[in-house]
Amino acid sequence: MHGLAFDMAHMLAGSLVVVSFLELYQDRLLALINVYAVHALVLTLSVAWQAFVQDAPHLYVTALIALAFKAVAIPIGLRRIVVRLGIHREIDNVVGVGLAILAGIGLVALSMVVMLRVTAEADPLAREDLAFALSVVLLGLLMMVTRRNAVSQVIGFMSLENGLVLAATGAKGMPLVVEISVAFSVLIAFIVIGIFLFRIRERFDTVDVQALDRFRGERQ
Amino acid sequence: MVIDSLIAVAALLLLAPAGIALARSPLGRPAIYGASLALSLGLTAIGIVSLLGTHDSAATLPLGLPWLGARVRIDALSAFFLIVVNAGAAATSLFAFGYGRHEEAPARVLPFYPAYLAGMNLVLLSADAFSFLVSWEFMSLASWALVIAHHHVRENLRAGYVYLLMAAFGTLALMFAFGLLAGTDGHYAFADMRAAPPSAAFAAVVLVLALIGAGSKAGLVPLHAWLPLAHPAAPSHVSALMSGVMTKVAIYGFIRIVFDLAGPPAWWWSMPVITAGAVTAAMGVLYALMQRDLKRVLAYSTIENIGIVFVALGLALAFKANAMPFAAALAMTAALLHVLNHSLFKSLLFCGAGAVLSATGERDLEKLGGLIHRMPQTAFVFLVGCVAISALPPLNGFVSEWLTFQAILVSPQLASWGLNLMIPAAGALLALSAALAAACFVRVYGTVFLGRPRSEAARHAHEVERVSVVAMGLLAAACLLLGILPGFAIDALTPVTQLVAGGRMPVQAAEAWLSIVPIAESRSSYNGLLVFVFMAASGMIAAFTIHRLASNRIRRSAIWDCGFPDASPLTQYSADGFAQPIRRVFGTVVFGARERGEMPPPGSTEPARFSATVRDPIWDALYAPLAGLVAATTQTLNILQFLTIRRYLSLVFAALVLLLLVLAAWP
Amino acid sequence: MALIHDLVFQGAQMLLVLALAPLLTGFVRKVKARLLRRRGPPLIQPYRDLARLLRKDVVLADNASWLFRVVPYLVFAAVWVAASLVPTFRTGLLFSWTADLIALIALLGSARFFLALAGMDAGTGFGGIGASREVMIASLAEPAMMMIVFAIALIAGSTQLSTMAAFMNSPEVGLRVSLGLGLIALVIVAIAENARIPVDNPATHLELTMVHEAMVLEYSGRHLALIELGAFLKLLLYVSLIACLFAPWGLAPATGGAEHIAIGVVAYAAKLAACGFLLALFETAIAKMRVFRVPQFLGAALMLALLATLLRFVSRSF
Repeated sequence: MHGLAFDMAHMLAGSLVVVSFLELYQDRLLALINVYAVHALVLTLSVAWQAFVQDAPHLYVTALIALAFKAVAIPIGLRRIVVRLGIHREIDNVVGVGLAILAGIGLVALSMVVMLRVTAEADPLAREDLAFALSVVLLGLLMMVTRRNAVSQVIGFMSLENGLVLAATGAKGMPLVVEISVAFSVLIAFIVIGIFLFRIRERFDTVDVQALDRFRGERQ
Repeated sequence: MVIDSLIAVAALLLLAPAGIALARSPLGRPAIYGASLALSLGLTAIGIVSLLGTHDSAATLPLGLPWLGARVRIDALSAFFLIVVNAGAAATSLFAFGYGRHEEAPARVLPFYPAYLAGMNLVLLSADAFSFLVSWEFMSLASWALVIAHHHVRENLRAGYVYLLMAAFGTLALMFAFGLLAGTDGHYAFADMRAAPPSAAFAAVVLVLALIGAGSKAGLVPLHAWLPLAHPAAPSHVSALMSGVMTKVAIYGFIRIVFDLAGPPAWWWSMPVITAGAVTAAMGVLYALMQRDLKRVLAYSTIENIGIVFVALGLALAFKANAMPFAAALAMTAALLHVLNHSLFKSLLFCGAGAVLSATGERDLEKLGGLIHRMPQTAFVFLVGCVAISALPPLNGFVSEWLTFQAILVSPQLASWGLNLMIPAAGALLALSAALAAACFVRVYGTVFLGRPRSEAARHAHEVERVSVVAMGLLAAACLLLGILPGFAIDALTPVTQLVAGGRMPVQAAEAWLSIVPIAESRSSYNGLLVFVFMAASGMIAAFTIHRLASNRIRRSAIWDCGFPDASPLTQYSADGFAQPIRRVFGTVVFGARERGEMPPPGSTEPARFSATVRDPIWDALYAPLAGLVAATTQTLNILQFLTIRRYLSLVFAALVLLLLVLAAWP
Repeated sequence: MALIHDLVFQGAQMLLVLALAPLLTGFVRKVKARLLRRRGPPLIQPYRDLARLLRKDVVLADNASWLFRVVPYLVFAAVWVAASLVPTFRTGLLFSWTADLIALIALLGSARFFLALAGMDAGTGFGGIGASREVMIASLAEPAMMMIVFAIALIAGSTQLSTMAAFMNSPEVGLRVSLGLGLIALVIVAIAENARIPVDNPATHLELTMVHEAMVLEYSGRHLALIELGAFLKLLLYVSLIACLFAPWGLAPATGGAEHIAIGVVAYAAKLAACGFLLALFETAIAKMRVFRVPQFLGAALMLALLATLLRFVSRSF
């Protein structure tokens, strides 16, 4: 019915939604970080495909940033922090997995209804991509709301931001996407570091590295 | 036709006092049940002739309201429901021939049984609101008398009380519905209501009232609370009638009001109906899995099947509102076929439960077991009933389930967003309840008939009377026939769908090999006969080949059980244990199911105790607060009993002054 | 003439599935053994097992009823009829209009119903455990399967398997999100229904976490052979279903000539081998789940399938 361009974009946007559901399903922290890496990877592929289809080379840069920062650097950094600081590895849920996924499906339905009604006259490719993007945003928010662990909340926030990037690249001719992406990624990096510094300070009353060394128990 | 049916109903009514007279004598039971059987068969024949002949007949009797008379009429819809009600009544009357021998208070059952049958038939025949409501109340009262027949059991009295309360509430809702339909001019006859449909706002209120009134009698959640109390309390053949047949009369009331009298439906009407149906189906079967009493399991399973019927009715309403007559006919056929199928297999199952009760004296699943060896014929027909209700091919339960799913697959063509989101969810709940129903009936059959006996009563059970087994066998045969040859039933239903849904399905009898093709053959089709033949042929070929070419020897030995020595029958799975995984998966969320084990300290000789509790969420959320509210209000109003004479006089004075003021201020 | 033609092909299909089913299981076991650096049993070992079981006496418990003796034949008949109606190398089966995909699932459901009853008939704790866990798994796997059928039926416009396979093989179907979701959900359901790791372990027979094996613990001789053959057929059915719906390339059309049939047969064999290899790889790579993690796993399949159906309801292009 539609061409390969439509189908491929659809498939990638849909996969992003599915990976968001996979994030909701995880109950271990390291597995969650890996799934987030896959999330960023799918975003990269989607943005690259959009760059190819819309013939917009600056989107390739966005894709590259997503790959470098979000699919590689941030997951590696988070994994190191989790392992080093010995953060509690099981994710604490406010509601059970089943209810969370059910709520997720309701949110996807809601975003479908809203987006497809509001944009009734626009290009079908853009409309449905926007619907998927809104779903990813809502699912990221759901993750932030239903998880007690700080790392999982950060990952929810980053998935939300991935959804926003998907929306931005789906709509044609959006300028400054590259710059916004860079700014966002730096912001996220600062937030992540800030959270962990805060937690360290909370736990040990200091961020002084030498003091932390004393708590390690190796030096007496 | 309608005069003949009235004569039959009058005869049933006359049997009631005859029952009082003959209750003590040994002829009482065969006379009353035999006469009921004959009259029900006669009414079934009248129904079949009216349905296939497709002619309506009407009459007006000089009873009831003076300016109205009592209108009676048989059209396609009432003819179909006459068949359903009276076929079920005939089967249970035949069953009661044998079962009634075990009745210890025949004077409390024999007079009210024919009255109950008469009441149900009168509801179907009524063509004006007054006679409809009077017959409805009469039906409720007759069945209430039967519910409290065994009045020395305390729960039965409580069940009767709750039943009466909910029946009165339902009739009130229906009264308001008919009042709105009649309008300010008071046109109570159905023909007048049909000619002058209400405005859109009033029609919406009528829909809600009909859903509440008829739904409470049918057992829609959350108005179902009386059903699992009342249906098990009555004698088993009466339970079969209440579950299998009276709930269908309630569905008739709903269809008559919403599809026939309330005028053309609005686009959103199907939404509350489908929601109520889907939630009822899922909740009903989940409740059923938590029960230990055999008849209560069957009562909750009735609730589940009523939910399925309401989902199909809601789909028919949606298609009708969207001007899709073929799809509406498909959904309506699915609903009506499920009505017929359910009345057949539920009556069969309740009769089987009655047989178990009379053979062992037990209803508790934890005290039965191994009955397939002691009651082989009952076990066989009960198995047919369990397979039918679990919607497995080639029996009839599968056909109506299949047609409902086909109707769901047509529904993306509906233009509404809300429906497009609700219908897949309803479909998922329907599929879930079908799978859980199969689980429920594996549990029931496995605990009651299979395994080893768990009590002395089960060990010494005996087969029931031949005539009861024949009655159940006839019902089982009907289940098989409807499953193999559903095309004839679908064709017979076309006058009904034409009347209420405005369309008809394609002629099924012309299809090759008697398969059913709801829309087009390339799209979907099902042939029950060939599936049955293939399965039978494959099984027999396998048996024959293996017995000839390989071995056919059998040795009997002790049970293997992984080499453990002869264990007591109590080590086998109990009914609660069987339901435990499902209780953990679904019950923790829906019922707040909790399991607790108390281990004694080491060295103590006390046993460990395990308890599993479930709470009924609807009772806690709806009924308990309402009952509390009513109790609190009556406490406060109790002061009115103890006023002085002067205070009473001032009340009268205040009322008079108020009325005069209203009269003065009226524009 | 065309009728004889079609009848021959339907008969060929029935015999083919019966002949190939043990081979598929033998292949999966061989690959699993090789992946674990063992030599593994020969590929035709399942045939030998069946032959050995068929020749043995049946040992029945004293309290086993007639139902216990009839169930293996019923289960085998239901699964064989179902497997004969799934297109393997050619669409347009003669009797495909007797039972569509919904009826096929219900046929498998009745096989499971009777097997659970047979488990209860023995009157031991093992049969009860197997039966109760089996129905719990079924209570989630069956609705998931039904939703998958809805999603694909809404794309293909039919629940008739031959029509669906022909549609999937045509160029009209593009990459669809709901198809992707449906495939993932179908794979999860297939693993659960065939009692494979991570839901159940088909290799050992006696642990208390077993589901399928616990139900058939009391069976012996030709009864056990029929039940095993039924299990092999079920695996073949699910693999054929996945192949004809999601990888329909090479399926001979109903009007195809001899060369189409030949391609169809070769393609089918290749698909069986590929799926068997992937199954063995998956089973070796993952550990068995706790019993009460299985509802979450299947619940995820149900949700994916529900999402796929929802998307189809909402828009034609999903």
